[in-house]
Amino acid sequence: MMSSRGRGKTFRLVWLDAVLLGLIVVVVLYLWRRASAEVFYRWDWSVVPEYLFYQNPETGDWRANLLMHGIYATLRLTFWGTLIALIIGLVMGCCRVSRNLFLRLVSRTYVEATRNIPPLVLIFIVYFFVSSQIMPLLGIADWARQTDGALRTMIEVSFGPIALIENFLSGLLVLALFEAAYFTEIIRAGIQSVEKGQWEAGGSIGLPRYKVMRYVVMPQAIQRTIPPLAGQLISLVKDSSMVSLISIQDLTYSGTQVAISTRKVFEIWIFIAVVYFVICFSLSLVSRWLERRMSRGLQ
Amino acid sequence: MIRLENVNKWFGDFQALKDINFTVGQGERVVVCGPSGSGKSTMIRCINRLEEHESGRVFVDGIELNDDTKNIAAVRLEVGMVFQQFNLFPHLTVLENCTLGPIQARHMARDEADSLAMKLLEQVRIPEQARKYPGQLSGGQQQRVAIARSLCMEPKVMLFDEPTSALDPEMIKEVLDSMIDLAESGMTMIVVTHEMGFARTVADEMVFMDEGRIVESAPPDEFFSAPKSDRTKLFLSQILSH
Repeated sequence: MMSSRGRGKTFRLVWLDAVLLGLIVVVVLYLWRRASAEVFYRWDWSVVPEYLFYQNPETGDWRANLLMHGIYATLRLTFWGTLIALIIGLVMGCCRVSRNLFLRLVSRTYVEATRNIPPLVLIFIVYFFVSSQIMPLLGIADWARQTDGALRTMIEVSFGPIALIENFLSGLLVLALFEAAYFTEIIRAGIQSVEKGQWEAGGSIGLPRYKVMRYVVMPQAIQRTIPPLAGQLISLVKDSSMVSLISIQDLTYSGTQVAISTRKVFEIWIFIAVVYFVICFSLSLVSRWLERRMSRGLQ
Repeated sequence: MIRLENVNKWFGDFQALKDINFTVGQGERVVVCGPSGSGKSTMIRCINRLEEHESGRVFVDGIELNDDTKNIAAVRLEVGMVFQQFNLFPHLTVLENCTLGPIQARHMARDEADSLAMKLLEQVRIPEQARKYPGQLSGGQQQRVAIARSLCMEPKVMLFDEPTSALDPEMIKEVLDSMIDLAESGMTMIVVTHEMGFARTVADEMVFMDEGRIVESAPPDEFFSAPKSDRTKLFLSQILSH
């Protein structure tokens, strides 16, 4: 009885879906025809490979071009941004549930300040008031400039061109600080979702509080927070496009430049959308796999 | 071994413990009973400071429990606790549940801790489950793992907070059997339970609590056959009548 009714329901849905899909296709085709009749646009996808790699006419070897550099920069931002944001998030998340009032105040202030300011405003504030003042004082750029050999290659692979390193680090700092506030709240929620009995059991076998956190509560909290953390990580990738506004030469920044100079606006932006989609979608696949793997022990 | 002197405890306006005076000697087995909300659990949770008492003094093996975290840590190394809801660590195997305390709190080497844990899992008759996760075991098996986990710390005192209340009836016996074995080995035990059969078998002393007070305490023979207070009589008639 139940199953036949269920099947009937599914059938009706499929039928309705087909009608809706058909309508969408008709609308898209109509718009497409109208657009191609009114606007004459010559699609030229060759700009994409051209700006990904170029061949040096003299030596004949292939080099990464603007778009490829942009992809590298976005990947670097994502990698380091995630790492730093996770560390800050873990530390701040623990502070949020600390017994120490001072630590709780610091972490709460940080989270509230960061989450209640629009990200763009935060990017400008940190960039103009903090990074541009503090970065030169640290002397990182000077230090990086005088390195050579393997160390220099390592720095360039991990942080991009030496000339832009200060710029890159500022952008990275803003991005990590911004995302870490969300990581903090996710990790706090994860820690608080672990039953009180786990703390009590940990304490009753003689473990000090930090060891209960380390060996009992945190592993369970992390396991529970993987789905929301992965979601936030994907946001981080997408939010990284905002740092193009402070001249970090990421994918969005290079895209803007190439689109303007070649006037192939549609091709470039569609390509960039696809690249972001591929990065984010692979991350969500990885997180789904990880989630399944980590829940194996707990039934 | 354990001494509570004029202990009082409030939860907000509610007074959970009222002038508790209570002593347990080395090797003594005390069973605490009483209606729910009478403060039994709160009292034994004060003995390893899962609850803080607000006035009075608590001593365990000569160490006073106060705000000094060193004392709390020292007491917790000597007092094992078994909870109503087992509270096993679900992300660790049975063996790892047992060895976490010895390795992290007593700094024992892993293989030494492993063999100690196996010995105690044999004592509670589930060595074959060592590699499984708690979620794969029955309630009775989980509670026996919890007992083994506490024993791995080689405690001087074991506290049991309604250890069989969350179990299906057919699993209660296996847990009680493990507790009887433990009692016969000479362990000092304080058990909050409604299992009166168990109480008769192992208890040296029965304690009856109601509304945060110790109403009556007596050896089991006397307690069951000739309870002094009317409250105790009423309670016993209710739980023994069926």
